[in-house]
Amino acid sequence: MTDNSNLDELVKQNQEALDAHTREHVQWHFNPETGSPYWLEKAKSFDFDPLTDVNCFEDLNKFPLFEDDELRGGPVDRWIPKALRGKPTYVFETGGTTGIPKSRVVIDDFRIDYENFSDTLPDESFPKGANWLMLGPSGPRRLRLAVEHLAQYRGGISFCVDLDPRWVVKLIKKGKIDEVKEYSAHVIDQAMTILSAGHEIKCMFTTPKLLEALAMRLMDEGSSIEEAGIKGIFCGGTEFTQQWYRFAREELLGENVYITPTYGNTLMGLACGRPFDPADNYKITYYAPQPRAVIRVVDFDDHTKVVGYGETGRVKLFTMTKELFIPGFLERDEGEREVPHMKYPWDGVSGVRPFHEIAASTTVGVY
Amino acid sequence: MLEIPVIRWGKPYESFDQQEVVHFETGEPLAKVHQANAGLVKMDMRKAQRARDLLREIPISKLLEICKKAADLYMTAELPLGNGTQTPEEFCRIQSASTGMPEWMCAGNMKKVAFVLENMESILDALTRGLPLDILTKGYGKEERGVMMSYQAHSPVLGLVLPSNSPGVHTLWMPILPMQIGLVLKPGSSEPWTPYRMTEAFCQAGIPRECISVYPGPHDVGSTVTELCGRVMLFGGQQTIDKYKGNPNVQAHGPGFSKILIGDDVVDQWEDHLDLLVDSIYQNGGRSCINASGVWASRHTEAIADAIAKRIGPVGPTSMTDPEAPLAAFTMTGAAKAMNGQIEEGLKESGVTEVTAKYRDGERLIELERCDYLRPTIVHCANTDATLANTEYMFPMASVVQCEQKDMLKKIGPTLVCTAITKDEAWSQQLLDATQIDRLNIGPIKTNALNWLQPHEGNIVEFLYRARAFQNEAPAAH
Repeated sequence: MTDNSNLDELVKQNQEALDAHTREHVQWHFNPETGSPYWLEKAKSFDFDPLTDVNCFEDLNKFPLFEDDELRGGPVDRWIPKALRGKPTYVFETGGTTGIPKSRVVIDDFRIDYENFSDTLPDESFPKGANWLMLGPSGPRRLRLAVEHLAQYRGGISFCVDLDPRWVVKLIKKGKIDEVKEYSAHVIDQAMTILSAGHEIKCMFTTPKLLEALAMRLMDEGSSIEEAGIKGIFCGGTEFTQQWYRFAREELLGENVYITPTYGNTLMGLACGRPFDPADNYKITYYAPQPRAVIRVVDFDDHTKVVGYGETGRVKLFTMTKELFIPGFLERDEGEREVPHMKYPWDGVSGVRPFHEIAASTTVGVY
Repeated sequence: MLEIPVIRWGKPYESFDQQEVVHFETGEPLAKVHQANAGLVKMDMRKAQRARDLLREIPISKLLEICKKAADLYMTAELPLGNGTQTPEEFCRIQSASTGMPEWMCAGNMKKVAFVLENMESILDALTRGLPLDILTKGYGKEERGVMMSYQAHSPVLGLVLPSNSPGVHTLWMPILPMQIGLVLKPGSSEPWTPYRMTEAFCQAGIPRECISVYPGPHDVGSTVTELCGRVMLFGGQQTIDKYKGNPNVQAHGPGFSKILIGDDVVDQWEDHLDLLVDSIYQNGGRSCINASGVWASRHTEAIADAIAKRIGPVGPTSMTDPEAPLAAFTMTGAAKAMNGQIEEGLKESGVTEVTAKYRDGERLIELERCDYLRPTIVHCANTDATLANTEYMFPMASVVQCEQKDMLKKIGPTLVCTAITKDEAWSQQLLDATQIDRLNIGPIKTNALNWLQPHEGNIVEFLYRARAFQNEAPAAH
């Protein structure tokens, strides 16, 4: 059982750290010497001065909502803080099935993010030095580089199998289901080959649908994820439901394979799942990598108002790293606000699912 | 509240995902239905062969007795349902409350299901063309005339992706278990009742529980059932039908575009057939694929349309408990309004006239707080090119189309049931040869008069079994 006796104190300390972190990063992004061209220009339209009027996290409500359409198109270097110019830079994309994708420039954040995440993984399930299988979308997404760095950071090597979700969405929209199946089988074929090639792979990143397909293929061949040598899986990228979590643990993997749900994107980084506790009944609760990113569950009609614990609202995201500043962005998801946890002493969110008003128009779960 | 689990080869499974089924008029929750996820179906389908193996251990003659017993249980017994029980009266009441079908129509559909189960022996005898049924069990055997026959099951189970609003279609899957094929049912979201009640009736009558799975769930559950079952029967709109066209594993049921063609030899006596025309359009709330959506004739079409409209035009909705309630409600938000809009667009075309309007007090579309109704609509089309000349909607609606007899077969398009009222032998032969017609009635027979000894949209035996060559001794020299 978790000892929660110090939780209130930890929550208080973290709130103070978050306020300090907010002040530091607002100073950085709105200082003419260090800030990005985008924010320095944007600040001219504000009716407040970020440098003097933002002194704590709550003050971020003074900013207008960030619109992610701002991320479409170039020049992307308008996002790079002046102080970081000249450093090797990556660009990661989201979306892109139709029109211009949203892109984010990154220098080191993905590494920092995954190193922090690495510290949350249990070593017995993700042995240091073990090799990894990265089974999911790579291309312009950050996942391949991030998982590869995670493996390297833990002393292993990552083997990668790509899946192009943009192609899958196109096939689905054209009703070419047989081709989707063929493509999925092609992806799983490659994973099977790598797992059978003696690479000592013990850890894996994949999405729920790909994990399901891989586990079923192994079963068809008289084996299992466990028999293939996998001890730990971190899983995310698409919708991960409570029911699927239970199905994965009870039927797909068996009790000896560890699985942790994650929730992330290129703007926030990687939110971690609350450690499995039978008392939670497979409820999935995510905690953002605070203070670098913060999740708030806000009222559907008033994004400045946080809902009560256990209540439903829209997921609002804040990112504050030296590379990126997002002072409040309404995610395309909704969920329930959850109480802090000893491991993550700040607000969490559970039951994450597509925001009900836009869910109907979204193609979910293509990979 | 009634809570209904997923059934995985007979075992109840309580899911974290549940969906409420609500009363279409009041919004009152009627039941919580546990929802499967696609992975559960994939996992279970690995054991599908077991369902067929278990059924093959029971002689088909015994399965036919089980069907009779199941019919009786379905019609009369208080059967378990999830955490509660259900009497036949409660079944009709809850089915009506979630689908919008009047209670008396629900009771009528129960009788159809029971009739099929009670007469399964004759039905299988007819559909197999008198095949000794143990050939289906053993895989081969000799007919009475001494000829070796062999039949091979295409799949150990039949997957069914069932509709929400047409309880009558459940008769189509009743012959599956006695043919020793397992059942994988994906109920429609508003009509879980028949799949669950039939499952319980079958199992109490003696079918091993391991032979049936019931997976309520979202769309990906339906698509997984369709993908993984070797043979699938599914229900949907024209788009669904088109999607599976040419896929031999899938028998897709959709709109019927059923029609009545009146031959030139009898058209001057059309009034003799007015009851037949009205009943074919109007019975069962006009909701079935076998309801007529078109009446085609070369002359008198305006008078025919007017006579039908006069009979059904004044009809409007009544209470679901009314023993003569004529119309079913549309429970899906916006569906009736969309159909009404399409009809109004069609009426703008040249030569198209609504005839019912003058017999109806008020609008065709009745919008209520939680459901809508469409009142009977008869349209006269002076030519066959009009959009409404060949459409179908799920309420009593038909077009009376003026068309020369010689052009009818060129113009009618795909037709599930065609009743041709004629004694013209030459035309009858052309009708028999017309491949766009599935079920053909020659003579004054209602389109919705089903003969269970005849196949419906393809013979289910041919769908499930493949006739093939088999020898266990060398053939005679020749």
